[in-house]
Amino acid sequence: MITLTINGKEVHTPKGSTILEACQQNGIPIPTLCYDPDLRLAGSCRMCLVEIKGRPLYAASCVTPAENGIVVETESPGIVAARKVILELLSARHKFNCQVCEKNGDCKFQDYCYQYGIKESRFIYGEATNYGINDPNPFIERDYNKCIMCTRCVRACEEITAARAINVENRGHHAKISTAFDGNLADSSCLFCGQCVMVCPTGALTSKVSAGLGRAYEVDKVLTTCSYCGTGCTLELNVKNNRVVGVTSNRTATGSPVNKGALCVKGRFGWDFINSPDRLTTPLIKENGQFREAGWDEALDLVAKRLGEVKNEFGPDSMAVFTSARVTNEENYVAQKFTRAVLGTNNVDHCARL
Amino acid sequence: MVNIQNIILSFRDKPGGIIEAFHAVQKEYNYLPEETIAVAAGTFGISEAQAFGVATFYSYLSVAKRGKYVIRMCESAPCHIAGAEALIKAFEEALEIKVGETTADGKFTLELTECVGQCQDTPVITINSVPYVNLDPAQVPAVLALCQ
Amino acid sequence: MTEEKRIVLRNADLINPKKIEDYMQAGGYQGLEKARLMSRSDLIAEIKKSNLRGRGGAAFNCGLKWSFVPTDAPVSYVVCNFDEGEPGTYKDRIIVQKDPQSLLEGMAICGHAVNSKQGYIYCRGEYPYVVELLNLAIDQARGKGLLGDFDIEVRMGGGAYVCGEETALIESIEGHRGEPRFKPPFPGVAGLWAQPTVVNNVETFANLPSIVLNGPEWFAAIGAPNYPGTKVLTLTGDVANRVSIEVPTTATLREIIYDFGGGIKEGKKFKAVQVGGTSGGFIPESLLDTPIDFDSMRGIGATLGTGAVFVMDETRDIVDITTRIAKFFEHESCGKCNPCREGTFRAYEIMKKINNGKAVAQDIENLTILSQVMEKACLCGLGQAAPAPILTTLKHFYPEYQARLQIH
Repeated sequence: MITLTINGKEVHTPKGSTILEACQQNGIPIPTLCYDPDLRLAGSCRMCLVEIKGRPLYAASCVTPAENGIVVETESPGIVAARKVILELLSARHKFNCQVCEKNGDCKFQDYCYQYGIKESRFIYGEATNYGINDPNPFIERDYNKCIMCTRCVRACEEITAARAINVENRGHHAKISTAFDGNLADSSCLFCGQCVMVCPTGALTSKVSAGLGRAYEVDKVLTTCSYCGTGCTLELNVKNNRVVGVTSNRTATGSPVNKGALCVKGRFGWDFINSPDRLTTPLIKENGQFREAGWDEALDLVAKRLGEVKNEFGPDSMAVFTSARVTNEENYVAQKFTRAVLGTNNVDHCARL
Repeated sequence: MVNIQNIILSFRDKPGGIIEAFHAVQKEYNYLPEETIAVAAGTFGISEAQAFGVATFYSYLSVAKRGKYVIRMCESAPCHIAGAEALIKAFEEALEIKVGETTADGKFTLELTECVGQCQDTPVITINSVPYVNLDPAQVPAVLALCQ
Repeated sequence: MTEEKRIVLRNADLINPKKIEDYMQAGGYQGLEKARLMSRSDLIAEIKKSNLRGRGGAAFNCGLKWSFVPTDAPVSYVVCNFDEGEPGTYKDRIIVQKDPQSLLEGMAICGHAVNSKQGYIYCRGEYPYVVELLNLAIDQARGKGLLGDFDIEVRMGGGAYVCGEETALIESIEGHRGEPRFKPPFPGVAGLWAQPTVVNNVETFANLPSIVLNGPEWFAAIGAPNYPGTKVLTLTGDVANRVSIEVPTTATLREIIYDFGGGIKEGKKFKAVQVGGTSGGFIPESLLDTPIDFDSMRGIGATLGTGAVFVMDETRDIVDITTRIAKFFEHESCGKCNPCREGTFRAYEIMKKINNGKAVAQDIENLTILSQVMEKACLCGLGQAAPAPILTTLKHFYPEYQARLQIH
């Protein structure tokens, strides 16, 4: 263990921890924008700066090792002044339209501006950045006029999804997140998994599918398992007025042990079927070429009867069962058990084997 | 002209050699034609977005088409006080283009640059990387005449 | 009066830089031969004792830096920082153009000290003609078997000033965008391709053959005790003789400008000098008797930096020049960290407003606060040093700013 002093209090942290981790373990809040525990460190937003006694420069706590005996101040006047300047610099390039922004109420940048009282920026000089926001894809809205260049999207794209569709182009103030030749996502290696949306701390990357349907504070978050495939990803249904209006990620290891919030395009954006009027809500039985609604008992009785008739007439091997990767292991187990023990055949297979 | 693919492939075994490969392509073409990015990304095992990010980071590299003669005019402080601005203006007037543009015949491109390390004889320009020093606006026609 | 003292430029104009035989005849590669007879730890101890400090920007003790490379590292690299991009600086070019073998020998000495088999020279993209000379020199040294099992490869930069920062330089050699890394880990532990790496400047390496040959005591006795040896300086701007010189580090700015530079040209008066490149502080007449060694310069809020000496006469417009310098940093910021990416851009915009006579006192206040935060909050030396010209000109030449303000 390492012992250090933070804000006048002696604290302990395991060897190898960063100062940020030491603060988190001890309930000392530190603002961060580029830091993400699941991504490689950048140390670039400089919001997590702290003052270390005897060192002339401020240290980014997310990348600075906690050392024995160091004396750290996390909210000294100098640090607060620096964070304010950084927020004002970002405010000078960030297009505020919080009243219509999807991220309103769920935006780290907005929270920190509120916390540090950034009513206006002292650094609005020169021309404002004005990037086009037209990326004609059905899923991800890209508004780089709100981007604060934390590069979490780039790192998530590389490290979580390995799609490597985006990177930083140009340099300095002209640096921008882009695909090769700054084209549309659809023309890149983007898989539209939306991990970039998941990690974005501002309204620069948002879901087009959920646009206008509800703010983060208006929805109930219902944890469920994605039904698209057998991976079993946890997703968070955003429910407003008893309707699903979006899917977000639960990123905790306990809440989302399989995927830690990472999803694919279907899980994150393909939920509009839930409230579709075309959806089947009762079994249908076809009679004389026409479907009619039926109850579960009636439908199951009919299936059992017909399967029994086929088995008697043509033998069990006249039947086969084909299961799907979109159901769970347990459901697949039950299906093969049913095939062998009830139908009496080994004709059972699975789409993942083909 | 040497095939872009062959140029880039010749750097395949150099770890991190993508910038060297870009230099080599640019030496041949004066800029990085579009296919350079995809070929280099494939050769060095990085994404096209990353290759594009590298190409656009370095001011010496250009992903935009440029003229046969790339004139880069230093505007760092020592050149600045030695009259770089007047020199830049003289080149713009002589070529009838602005900084960042290429003449219609594709012969000249004008660019600004920071220090090129010839500060003993300011102001300085480079034409296709060769420095020309101690210039004054009156010498511009003679300098351009050297580019044939 | 201080006289020129040549260590790194000892062979300049006396040998043909394209002929290794000339270099050998002038005692070349004897330092390396002597170094190879020493154990690694003895060699590092000698360099430490000489108190040779880096001739780049940070003036770190060279031997101490080498000692950070773990003794059991299976692979390590020696990297030469030849990305000199500080405006007004061309001393590394002069050193290499006049005597490339000195650099190679110095790198090979370092290679022996840190048990490295591979060296890289990262040469700025603006010097393709120097790259040719270096490759010729490497071929000659290799051909004569002088480098032994140590090899050297030249890599070209791409026009990015930030790559003079050692970790950005390493990123660039790896084929990436030249964005600085956070430290720790320092390159001595995890540098190029995550292996232990020593990064030194051309001038630092070129000092090594003479130090090994003549002994650390010889070197330590030259110049200022805390920053011994010589410094190659490049005089630019409004000085009568725009020359490059090598002087002991006890030389004062006044001696350099007036004795070596011949004073201000056309008989004008001195106004200011900026030392160490465009990231250096501006120095007024009253501080000209300061010696150039690193610590003395730091003591007056300036830097020795690269040894560029940019002189401005009485007619020069400090606000205009500082505006131009602010544009340089706006252009060269890599964009990785917030305070530098946004700060250099806004600082340039504020300077333009002041320079155009449109600013009020509040603008200067905003610029000052921004500069003070950048100095402490930026990720790398570029952003930390970018405000120095602004803050030092505000300090020493405030009336010039004031005269530009709108009266409200």
